[in-house]
Amino acid sequence: MARPSNFPPPFSARDYVAEPTDPADERIEVGVLVVGAGPAGLACAIRLGQLLEEHPETAERLGEVPVAVLEKGKQPGSHLLSGAVVDPRALRRLFGEHLRMDELPSYGPVPGESVYVLTRRAALRIPPPPPMRNHGNWIFSLSQLGRFLAERAEEGGAMILPETAAQKLLVSHGRVVGVRTGDKGRSREGGELGNFEAGSDLVAKVTVLAEGTQGHLTGVALDRFSLRGEEPQVWELAVKEVWKVARPLDRVIHTMGWPLRTGKRFREFGGSFIYPLGEDMVTIGLVVGLDYRDASLSVHDLLQELKTHPKIRKILEGGERLEWGAKTIPSGGFNSLPRELHAPGLLLCGDGVGMVNVPRLKGIHYAIESGRLAAEAAFRALQRGETPASALSSYDDAVRDSFIWSDLREVRNMRQVFGRGFFVGGALASAMTMSKGRVEVGKMRAEPDADQPLLVSDRDSSYPAADGKLTFDKLSSVFASGNKTRDDQPNHIRIERRVPREVARLWEHMCPAQVYEIGREDGDGTVMVELAPSNCVQCGAITAKGGRLTPPEGGSGPEYTRT
Amino acid sequence: MRIAVCVKHVPEGPSRLDPSTKRLDRSGEGALNHFDANAVEEALRLKGDSDTEVVAVSLGPQQALDSLRKALAMGADRAVLVSDDAAVGSDLVATSRLLAAALEKEDADLVLFGQQASDADGAVLWAAVAERLGRPVVSQAMELAVDGGSVRVKRQTEFGYDTLEAPLPAVVAVSDAINEPRYPSLKGIMGAKKKQQDVLSLTELGVAADQAGEAGSRTTVLALGDPPARADARKIDGDGNAAQAIVDFLAEKRLV
Amino acid sequence: MPTLVFLENHGSDLQKGSLGVLAKAASLADGVGAVIAGEGARELAAEAGRFGAAKVWVCEDGEVGQPLPQPRVDVLAQVVEEGGYDTVLFANSVLAADVASGLAARLDAGLNWDLVDVELKDGELVGKRPALQDSVYADVGWTGTPRLALFRAGSLDATPAGGGEPEVADVSPSYAAHSTSVKLVGQDAEESSGPSIEDADVIVAGGRGLGSPDNFTLAEELAKALGGAVGATRAVVDAGWYPYSAQIGQTGKTVSPKLYVALGISGAIQHKVGMQSAGTIVAINKDANAPIFEFSDLGVVGDVHEIVPKLTELVRQRRG
Repeated sequence: MARPSNFPPPFSARDYVAEPTDPADERIEVGVLVVGAGPAGLACAIRLGQLLEEHPETAERLGEVPVAVLEKGKQPGSHLLSGAVVDPRALRRLFGEHLRMDELPSYGPVPGESVYVLTRRAALRIPPPPPMRNHGNWIFSLSQLGRFLAERAEEGGAMILPETAAQKLLVSHGRVVGVRTGDKGRSREGGELGNFEAGSDLVAKVTVLAEGTQGHLTGVALDRFSLRGEEPQVWELAVKEVWKVARPLDRVIHTMGWPLRTGKRFREFGGSFIYPLGEDMVTIGLVVGLDYRDASLSVHDLLQELKTHPKIRKILEGGERLEWGAKTIPSGGFNSLPRELHAPGLLLCGDGVGMVNVPRLKGIHYAIESGRLAAEAAFRALQRGETPASALSSYDDAVRDSFIWSDLREVRNMRQVFGRGFFVGGALASAMTMSKGRVEVGKMRAEPDADQPLLVSDRDSSYPAADGKLTFDKLSSVFASGNKTRDDQPNHIRIERRVPREVARLWEHMCPAQVYEIGREDGDGTVMVELAPSNCVQCGAITAKGGRLTPPEGGSGPEYTRT
Repeated sequence: MRIAVCVKHVPEGPSRLDPSTKRLDRSGEGALNHFDANAVEEALRLKGDSDTEVVAVSLGPQQALDSLRKALAMGADRAVLVSDDAAVGSDLVATSRLLAAALEKEDADLVLFGQQASDADGAVLWAAVAERLGRPVVSQAMELAVDGGSVRVKRQTEFGYDTLEAPLPAVVAVSDAINEPRYPSLKGIMGAKKKQQDVLSLTELGVAADQAGEAGSRTTVLALGDPPARADARKIDGDGNAAQAIVDFLAEKRLV
Repeated sequence: MPTLVFLENHGSDLQKGSLGVLAKAASLADGVGAVIAGEGARELAAEAGRFGAAKVWVCEDGEVGQPLPQPRVDVLAQVVEEGGYDTVLFANSVLAADVASGLAARLDAGLNWDLVDVELKDGELVGKRPALQDSVYADVGWTGTPRLALFRAGSLDATPAGGGEPEVADVSPSYAAHSTSVKLVGQDAEESSGPSIEDADVIVAGGRGLGSPDNFTLAEELAKALGGAVGATRAVVDAGWYPYSAQIGQTGKTVSPKLYVALGISGAIQHKVGMQSAGTIVAINKDANAPIFEFSDLGVVGDVHEIVPKLTELVRQRRG
């Protein structure tokens, strides 16, 4: 059977690395450039603000704009999506140990938790294993937290530049000197519309890439500076919804099992989460490893199916869907981290390099801590006026000394027992016992997701038809993500457009936003893949499964508010 | 010359009505009303490279400064925000009163408005403001030119195209067909913060609290409800008689 | 509730929309007044009477010779005072909106706009106002008088109320300086290439169900027969079947024609939000489960290629 990796996309990282081309007086100069207004990037900007306030002499040397944060979404938070149950330790290190939860836009502490193994009709409760326990953690909407952190960063002096995509990495004499921003106002054919605005060279003394999962320039930088680690990165796809509910949910719930299949050949690993967001809202999501093999698998539709489970239907009864979204999660863990997190003039943070503790399903506090450490390393180098290639190496040292490293290394060993995916071995072990062996432990994967050979089942015939109340189709879900992307712009997705039918089918089902569609058949068993790029919510799944996502025009994509 | 552009900060994302106030829920994110971007663009085109001053004026909460900054990033020179708790819930009567007071202070040669506000979908504000300022008003402008002391406007009506001339100072509302608003350049966005932004309270504006907000308004929302079901909705099979059935249906509704 | 209705005239006709408002007013109260301003206003008074006006105020001053709003504010302010009216109603149009708004400021009177209906509840006037793309209806009211109301175009039917000869009064106000400073210096009639999408009363829109770009002629022919404009969904514009200027929907144009005919359109929400406030929606689609049938007035489950040519021919015959 075909593998998506046999049909690589027309993409070359080299095309996204360039010298600055704008005349020197037109280049925009900033002190530290942060790409991505997510938890990592904003923590970096906040920490820099703190340090520069204590050291005004260094601040002066950074010019008019000491810290700039680029964000490709409409505003900070527009492209942020997570569960999320957050370990507050990194927020405390950023804002001070005395930080009170009510100073943050949190939905409160985790009130209690349950873990279930689901079958089509039943839910078998199992005790939450130690790494999964969430006592002391706080529930957030990451999108809201992002907006909050952006305001704090601005108060600290950072300049946030939304609707601005970082298209190319500017490298000069082997050193990263900034980014080139994307053009705006191009037509679908690439021509210049009436209000065309070319991108600019944004140069900085230090560039911090905090782009999140499938970060565009992060991937480019890992190749350009040969930073990739021993194992390839792999991903999971999360599709989630935010609901208004009639009755408050009194605990955090995780499930595994149905609707994912346990057969080994399917490699379907993952589970769902249901978190209360205050008294009157709930967020429900399904996470599935992208190393699955069935071309008919659609995480969005499995989420719709999940909601029909009697236990879950009850939680949502009388409620109303408010929002929908999707995003990938890097799940390779410790072994997939880059061998170094810096290069001349460059620092790499957060999900972009895979700082996610998959068994605990936590990454936000690592992102925040890595952003904070990046700020300190950048500051030290700037304070000393250093620019040699090794000036930023203290960042790597700091990360290796931090809880990011120790946590990820600790669960690295667990991967053997726990397979990959959502659940820690204790859960799997007890689940195996109680379900009489129906749950299997998967093999630790070492192959890229796109290398998985495909099979085609008829599981799509059991996806529920959208009823518009409990279950929804993809298009109305894209609408519920707030996506209003301008249609008449160049296609930002790179894929091989003529592929075997099963590969096209894989992409068609995989994409939660219905970007891909099987077009005409070409006699020799291949089909054309048609795209609707303006549906794209930039989840990144396509990059994991054989294509390549690049950033569209700044301001495009979803406008998440409570994800 | 000074051109004042009236802009509104409108809710972004899925609009919701707040059942308690029966008004639009403005608590979430907001953005520059995209129709007002046409007005800002037109002002900037008229300004060109001259030393004409373009001032963006708005009435709204503190967050409205975000939208004003967008206008500044596009190229406006200065921003004025009238913001006061007592102004919340202003209807047309109160809003036009407050805006007129702010515009009196600006004493602009030309006041521009966008086609409508995407939140209340009202295309009515400019005529009320012009009346209070005692200035001529022309709406639905699809072409605009300033010549000496007058403004020449080509506008579209239901019947065709009119060309009108009005002496300055005047008020003009532009249609969205007039131009394609520019994207703010990075330099523009970064420079916006440094431009002058004034926030005026009612007292500073010289308007009494009972002339603003709900107290100063003359309309009210009484209740919210569902739209009437589309009466007589029918579904038929597309057999040989379908075409005739459609024509009969249209004839019944006097649509053909 | 002494009520006055602003009747708009163009050429030698009274605009149907404003006659609809007049008929509605006459159904709610007696002694309804109407104002007609412009050249030939007097000749139109009788027609106003037929639609329910008990008294018609006419102004034929030179100042109102051009279709401009501000002099009409002066006229209406005068009539409101002289006639003691506490309620003034308008049918929306480019002109009427500006007149209503100017009058609201002149009199510090509340103006509720985009109303689709109005009723008396316990002696109080209550307006019905759609909001959020017609997904919600609000009951709106006024605090104090005068009350001004602007009705959505085409929302009220103009049926003659069977009224007799109205009383006719002349009105000639003094005009504010700013009211008479705008000059009409040129006029061009509508181009004969057909209405633009934004203004069209009828839109025939095509979606993927048309099957191929060539089949857009089905939509074009039907649109021509109905005197309307052609629209397209995002899917077919993306596929290059039709230009972006015709795209209707969330990322295209929002329209509210009197009649929307959807050919081979599934009715995804991205499209729906661009046309859901159309007066009457007729949908033809092969798929009986297409979402568009949930919000169309007449749904036809069938093949556009068979039905539309016949429909076009029948429409042509009927329209003569």
